[in-house]
Amino acid sequence: MSTHQVKLKVNGAERSAEVESRLLLVHLIREVLGLTGTHIGCDTTHCGACTVLLNGKPVKSCTVFAVQADGQDVMTVEGLEQDGKFHPVQEGFREEHGLQCGYCTPGMLMTGTALLKENSNPSELDIRKAISGNLCRCTGYVNIVKSIQYAANKLRQGA
Amino acid sequence: MIPGKFDYFAPQTLDEAVSLLSKNPDAKILSGGQSLIPLMKLRFASPAVLIDINRIPNLDYIQEADGSLRIGALVREADLEKSDVIKKKFPIVFDTAQVIADPLVRNRATICGNVAHADPANDHPATMIALNAQFVTKGPKGQRTVAAQDFFTGLFTTALEADEILTEIRIPTPPERSGGAYIKLERKVGDFATAAVAAQLTLDASGNCSYVGIGLTNAGLTPVNARKASQFLTGKKPDAKNIAEAAKLAVEESEPRADFRGPAEYKRDLIRVLTIRALNRAVERASGKGGN
Repeated sequence: MSTHQVKLKVNGAERSAEVESRLLLVHLIREVLGLTGTHIGCDTTHCGACTVLLNGKPVKSCTVFAVQADGQDVMTVEGLEQDGKFHPVQEGFREEHGLQCGYCTPGMLMTGTALLKENSNPSELDIRKAISGNLCRCTGYVNIVKSIQYAANKLRQGA
Repeated sequence: MIPGKFDYFAPQTLDEAVSLLSKNPDAKILSGGQSLIPLMKLRFASPAVLIDINRIPNLDYIQEADGSLRIGALVREADLEKSDVIKKKFPIVFDTAQVIADPLVRNRATICGNVAHADPANDHPATMIALNAQFVTKGPKGQRTVAAQDFFTGLFTTALEADEILTEIRIPTPPERSGGAYIKLERKVGDFATAAVAAQLTLDASGNCSYVGIGLTNAGLTPVNARKASQFLTGKKPDAKNIAEAAKLAVEESEPRADFRGPAEYKRDLIRVLTIRALNRAVERASGKGGN
């Protein structure tokens, strides 16, 4: 079994660690780097609770090896807030009651953030398609969609 | 869930990857990893060595040249969904890519991996059979080409040798008046197909089919090439009667098994219905109706 020295950017900061080849990215993020905002849900590539942005694209971090993130750029839910100010997507979830138990929320926030970077004016269908790999077991999808729409409006107004 | 232990290599060139593969008979290629990593976590797969090809440059191309579309080993499903040439000229591939797993998985998953993994529930194999695609492989003895129709030899088994990598998919550019469609029934986003059908055809000047390809997903132990159905329709008018007959033949060529997605009898009828729908949509597209 091989171990590897990895260096990656996490939420803008350079981080490094020695990892076993089989360590999953989500475990590097949570257990080695101590960023527990990223959740582990199903652990079988279904639920999206572990969604992070890898080079700007939302991926399931339970289905990427940590060593694959060497030299790459990772953003987790902890990277959304800037200078003590919520990201518009976070604000949307608060204003529109986009979370109930909150377990899926970090993944929803990351997928929502990535969607709004690609499409500043998504339709309801665009949003529903984008979050179709993120499961909310409280089934609170209506408010999750509204939360992302709130963020889209806010971002378009130049927040 | 933690995968078993393995050695990890991230070669910078295809030659290096092939050489690693020939030195390590128990190695697996890691591309998107969206099938392999879950299998390793469940310990259904425990390769001693992983060869990660993600760091090899210039494998993420979608190019049309010399009468065929070439898709490199690192083209992700999401790349296919965003490609203009796929949307305009290969709508059947667009249909297929957008119903695979979910958008997050599609940001990682590759079409070549989908094919090489050879799960009979995977979506691209049926489409590649319908399009009469060719698969380019690279091994220590050099490059060779295998037709999609000869590639899937058994359950999770392909014509790839243990030391070969699938490096490129080549799809012949369909002539004028061609169209294709992939129609999948899934219980929910992210599920494998209860059944799905890929149909591709070309119409001649009199409106008869000069080419027909039909592939079936999750309809047997391998992706199914519905040869008899395709042959029956070739040279004939794709009217309701002939399409219904072709669909009946496709059912005869399928061997779906009962599972939690439904009994075999239900799946056979589903294959009949989806074959009719896929052929109808293919005809619409070939006739320039109903957009892509």
